[in-house]
Amino acid sequence: MSSHVEYVLRFGDSALVLAQQLSGLVAHSPIMEEDVAIANVSLDLFGQARLWLGYAGELEGAGRDEDRLAFHRDASEFRNVLLVERPNGDFASTTVRGYFYDLWSYLALGNLTQSLDRRIAAIAEKSRKETAYHLRRSEDWLVRLGDGTEESHARAQRAASELWPYTGELFMGDDVDVEMARQGIGFDPERVREPWLERARLALATATLDVPGDSWMQHGGKQGVHTEALGYLLAEMQVLPRSIPEAVW
Amino acid sequence: MYTQMSDGIDGQPNASDERERAFERRLERGVKIEPPDWMPEPYRKTLVRQISQHAHSEIVGMLPEGNWITRAPSLQRKVILLAKVQDEAGHGLYLYSAAETLGTPRDDMIAALHAGKAKYSSIFNYATLTWADVGAIGWLVDGAAIINQIPLTRCSYGPYARGMVRICKEESFHQRQGFDIMWKLAHGTPAQHAMAQDALDRWWWPAVMMFGPPDAESTHNRQSLKWKIKIFTNDELRQKFIDQTVPQAERLGLKIPDEQLRWNERTQHYEFGPIDWEEFYRVIRGDGPCNKDRLQARIDAWEEGAWVREAAAAYARKQAERGAVA
Amino acid sequence: MKNQWPQWEVFVRSEAGLAHKHVGSLHAADARMALEHARDLYTRRNEGVSIWVVKSENVHATDPQESDEFFGPSEDKTYRFPTSYHVPEGVKHL
Repeated sequence: MSSHVEYVLRFGDSALVLAQQLSGLVAHSPIMEEDVAIANVSLDLFGQARLWLGYAGELEGAGRDEDRLAFHRDASEFRNVLLVERPNGDFASTTVRGYFYDLWSYLALGNLTQSLDRRIAAIAEKSRKETAYHLRRSEDWLVRLGDGTEESHARAQRAASELWPYTGELFMGDDVDVEMARQGIGFDPERVREPWLERARLALATATLDVPGDSWMQHGGKQGVHTEALGYLLAEMQVLPRSIPEAVW
Repeated sequence: MYTQMSDGIDGQPNASDERERAFERRLERGVKIEPPDWMPEPYRKTLVRQISQHAHSEIVGMLPEGNWITRAPSLQRKVILLAKVQDEAGHGLYLYSAAETLGTPRDDMIAALHAGKAKYSSIFNYATLTWADVGAIGWLVDGAAIINQIPLTRCSYGPYARGMVRICKEESFHQRQGFDIMWKLAHGTPAQHAMAQDALDRWWWPAVMMFGPPDAESTHNRQSLKWKIKIFTNDELRQKFIDQTVPQAERLGLKIPDEQLRWNERTQHYEFGPIDWEEFYRVIRGDGPCNKDRLQARIDAWEEGAWVREAAAAYARKQAERGAVA
Repeated sequence: MKNQWPQWEVFVRSEAGLAHKHVGSLHAADARMALEHARDLYTRRNEGVSIWVVKSENVHATDPQESDEFFGPSEDKTYRFPTSYHVPEGVKHL
C-alpha cells in the first residue's frame, strides 16, 4: 500500500473508531440533552471518516469504497491511533479521551489544511470546523468534571492518568509521516506536540487536575499493531456485512 | 413518536364552574390554551400524563433501534439510524419541555417512569432481533406514529401542538428510511428477503395495536375528543394505517400475516382479522419480551449519570460564587 | 432527584433580519452548556444563526387573569390605525 493511502487511512480510521465508540453511548447518557450532543459529535466523526475512507479507496484504485474499507478489513489493517480504541469507560474516560483526541485532531487538521494534496486540504478544512466545536465541548466538560465534586475530580484524574500513555503516539512520526511531509502532503507530527501540551496543561490546570507524569508511551496503532479492544469493536461493527458479503444494504 | 392511545382521564370536570364554561367556549371557538391560562384540573392532569407518556415513548423508543447503531451494515445506514435515534431523544425533550409548561418538573416525570408508574408505548417492549427489525420499525411503527401524531398538531394545548408540528416535520424521513431498508432487503439476496418477511411477521400486529384498544372499550376517547387533546378515535386511525400500509407491503412483495385481510369494495377499506388484545394487555402489564430490560436501561443511564449531573451543578455553583466575589 | 439542572428558555434567530423566536426549553447546568444544548437540540437542521438562552425563572409574564385590564384598553383606540381615516378620492401618497 502506498504511503499516501496509508496516510489518509490513518485519519479516517481514527475518526471511524471514535465515531463508532460514541455511537454506542447514545440512549445511555447521564442526561438526555447529552444523548443529542454525543450523537452530533459521532455523526460529525462518521462524516469525516467517510470522506477520508472514500478518498483512500480512490487513491488505492483497487475498487474498495468506504464500506469495503470499514467493514471488510481486519484489525491489523486498521491504522487508527490507539487512543481512540480505548473503551468508553465512564463519562470521565469518554470525556478525557475525547478531549485528548479533539485537541490533537484540531491541531493536526490545521496543518493538513496546508496540504498540497487539495483533497486532503479540503477534507481538513471541513473537519476542522466540526472539531473546533468538539474541542470546545470536551474542554468544557473536562473542566466541569475536574472542578466539580470530589467524586468527579477523582474520576477525571484517573481517566487522565490512564489515557495519558496513549497520547505520545499522536506525535510520533514514522517513515510514512516523513515521506508525506517531504512531499508537502502531510506534516511532521512532532510539530503539534508542543501546542498540544501547552493547551492540555492549561486545561488540566483549570480543571484543577494534575498533569500525569512522564511514562512509557504506547504506540503501534498507526502501523496496525493494536490493543485487544479493537478486535471486539470491529467484531460488533462488521458482523452483519460479513455475514452476507455479497449483499447490498 | 409513538404515542399510544390508551390514555385515561383523571377525575371529572365540574361543569358548574363559570371558568369551566369559559374554558369550554374557548375550545369550541378553536382558541388554543396556553400555559398560564386557567384550565380544569382534569384537563391539566390528562395532558401531563399524555404528553409525558409520549415523551417517555420517545426516550424508551431509542433503545430497540439504538441496539443496532453499532451494527448497522453500512456507513450510510449507520448515520441515518444515528440521526433518527438522535431525533427521538430530541423529540422526547421537546415533549418534556411541553409537559413542563403545565407545572410538572421533568425529573418528576422521569421518576414516575423509573418507578414503573408512568406508561410508554408498549411497542418498545418487543425485541429488535435482526437488522430488518430496524426497517420494520421505521416503516410500520413510525408509520403508525405519524398517523397518530399529525392530528395532534391541531390539539388544543399550544405547547403540545407546537411540539408536534416540529416533531412531525422532523420525522418525515423516519418512515421513509425504514421503508427503504425493507425495500433493499426485500429485493436483496434470499436471506435478506427472508429477514424482511420475518420482521413484518413479528411487527405487524404490535404496530396495529399501537392505536390502542377498540373504541368500544376505550372509555376515555370521548372526553379527550371533546377537549381536543385527541382528534380521531383509535379505530379510525387504525383503519387509516391499515389502508395505507397494505399496498406498500404489496409493493415490497411481502406478505402481511393476516389471513382475513381483504379489500372491501363497498366500504373502500381493508377488512382485517381479530386483534389479540390479550397480548396487548399482557405486554402493557409488563410481560412483554423486553419490558424489564428497557426500563432497566433507562434507570441505569440515570443512576450511573448522577455523579455527572452533580458535578456540573457543583461547578456551576462554584462559578456563580466566584462571579459574585469578583 | 435533587440537583435538577435549571431550566432555560431557548430563542432562535433563523436568519439575519428576523427576530429571535421562542422555540422551547431545555435543562443545563450553566449558560454555556445551555447554549450548546440549544444548538444540538433546536438547530440540528440548520434552523438558526443565533441563539439566546434565558433561565426560565428570569422570564416575567403577564397574568392571563388580568388580560382584560391589561390588553383591553387598546382595543377601542382605532385612531391608531390608518384604516380608520377617510381618504378623499384622488388623493395620493397618504
